[in-house]
Amino acid sequence: MAVSGKDDVFAPWKDATAEPLIKINGVTKRFGDFTAIDNISLEIYPQEFFALLGPSGCGKTTLMRMLAGFETPTSGVISIDGQDMSTVPPNKRAVNMMFQSYALFPHLSVWENIAFGLRRDGLDKEKIAARVEEMLKLVQLGKFAKRKPHQISGGQRQRVALARSLAKAPKLLLLDEPLGALDKKLRQETQFELMDIQEKTGTTFVIVTHDQEEAMTVASRVAVMDHGQLIQVETPEVIYEQPNSVYVADFIGDVNLIEGSVSGLDSGAELAWAEGRDPLIGQPGASLSKGQSASFAIRPEKIAISAEEPQDRRNRVQGKILDIGYLGNLSTYHVELPDGPIIKCEVGNRSRIERRDFTWEDEVWLSWSDTAGLVLPR
Amino acid sequence: MRRLLVGVPYVWLLVLFLVPFGIVLKISLSDIALAIPPYTPTLDLSGGWAGIREFFSQLDLENYVFLTSDDLYWKAYLSSLQIAVIATFLTLLAGFPIAYGMARAPEEWRPALLMLVILPFWTSFLIRVYAWIGILSTEGFLNQFLLWTGLISEPLTILNTNTAVYIGIVYTYLPFMILPIYATLERMDASLLEAAEDLGCSRIQAFWLVTLPLARPGVVAGCFLVFIPTLGEFVIPSLLGGSDTLMIGKVLWEEFFNNRDWPVASAVAIILLLILIVPIILFQRNQQLNREAEQ
Repeated sequence: MAVSGKDDVFAPWKDATAEPLIKINGVTKRFGDFTAIDNISLEIYPQEFFALLGPSGCGKTTLMRMLAGFETPTSGVISIDGQDMSTVPPNKRAVNMMFQSYALFPHLSVWENIAFGLRRDGLDKEKIAARVEEMLKLVQLGKFAKRKPHQISGGQRQRVALARSLAKAPKLLLLDEPLGALDKKLRQETQFELMDIQEKTGTTFVIVTHDQEEAMTVASRVAVMDHGQLIQVETPEVIYEQPNSVYVADFIGDVNLIEGSVSGLDSGAELAWAEGRDPLIGQPGASLSKGQSASFAIRPEKIAISAEEPQDRRNRVQGKILDIGYLGNLSTYHVELPDGPIIKCEVGNRSRIERRDFTWEDEVWLSWSDTAGLVLPR
Repeated sequence: MRRLLVGVPYVWLLVLFLVPFGIVLKISLSDIALAIPPYTPTLDLSGGWAGIREFFSQLDLENYVFLTSDDLYWKAYLSSLQIAVIATFLTLLAGFPIAYGMARAPEEWRPALLMLVILPFWTSFLIRVYAWIGILSTEGFLNQFLLWTGLISEPLTILNTNTAVYIGIVYTYLPFMILPIYATLERMDASLLEAAEDLGCSRIQAFWLVTLPLARPGVVAGCFLVFIPTLGEFVIPSLLGGSDTLMIGKVLWEEFFNNRDWPVASAVAIILLLILIVPIILFQRNQQLNREAEQ
């Protein structure tokens, strides 16, 4: 996450005096009958690392292409740095894009690819050379300057694409699934590199991704999208711990969802979920009314597992172990409750030679605190 | 088994290229004669070793010397080269926009457009060239149409001029230009053009800086595919060209059939082949480089 030089945390969206770089105001985009973007309003601030997250077809790429100028909104206004963008073509915007396919020019060398945009600006030769060298250094590709794109690896191509899109020092850099083509290990390394580069250059980044882990890692704020709408726009912590809907809770990370209806709102929110059982108690995730049908959302790592009935917690259920998944750093237990639902619960494997207390078919108790779960309207 | 498989193309080349080439080469070194076949010497194995020696001693380069003595021949070679270069350029001018339009057309249209380019091959080349006589002659469709629109008051003389030859060549070889260019343009990633625009190019700049360089292999291949057969073209100049249209293919035909001078005709053919070897080798190298670049 980007942190400003001052001691306080970088959060311009909370500062009423901060001026947003991008203002998206009531933007709708239709392709024929299909509404790709449905009346979205959003503000993105300078130096943010902003992620548009959602499944394919949710409209995130369309929104990004409108920022780049490749699509024009059907209605609504997009302004960048105070300027209305509706009549500005892509080649006249202080916005650059890193393409999902990288779109490196195959007939040009790495050096010439990076210099491409600078040459269009009509800079003199020394200035171009100096800037290209600076970019090559930034992405650590100095040795490969003379190679053609087909002579370097996928990870190197990704960095050339990044260097090329940063060379013109845009106000806004758009990244379309920038790490999608890399393998997992390289992807994780590159995520941190991206954050480093974003911090060094101070450029505003908007990244489009369907990979929630990637969005959570790199972004200062995440916008979760579905069917052309913004479902929630918040910091990764809030998105994870305070999702405003079942959709967001389910899309980000792992979650157990138990369906029921709101039975009380006195101490937290109570959810009646099965006949003859005590209600589950959690935090209300949105405004709720009594009797409303709702889901109880609880993350697997917030559930404790024990052989004895825990007396100190109100949220406790008994069940039978159905499956155990050993993942190395943690183990996942799938516990079947008598009434049918299966609850996932994660336990960290802290010591190397752990005595594992539970095995298949064991009767166990699952418990969690009153503040661990959320009650979300359905 | 493996030798057999590898051997098949070699046997093919030997029987269908090298043997005929050897025969033509031999005739070009012979002398004209009033006989059947109309040249001498002919190889007679019954004469034994002495007969073979006698046969080889009669072969000489006389016909090649003759080609340099009459300026008709080198003028015909030069004129053929000039017509082939100009015609290739004209075909490129006509073919590139068509290929570009096809590659940019909606995907569901492309097979139909491709079909339209290939369709003329379904009728005989000769008939199609004859059809152009009907279009280009003084009383032809083109003149009638132009007279009807009032653009001209006197019919134009197009048939039996070099203009008609160029029209015929461009028409005939257009598919050979369109197809390789279309293949390279169609493969091009559309996001490359968006990237160029994103980096500050106008549409026209993006065309010059990205589309054209990437289409280069197709353009080069297309140019060779048109240039090589055009250089030796005989049918089009003899049907559409006039008496002043000088092309080596036509000269070769006249030597062979009108003058019945097989040895000189063979010498003309051998020289033509030597001239063609250069562009053919260049073409092969271009194809090789493209294959390497794709790997």
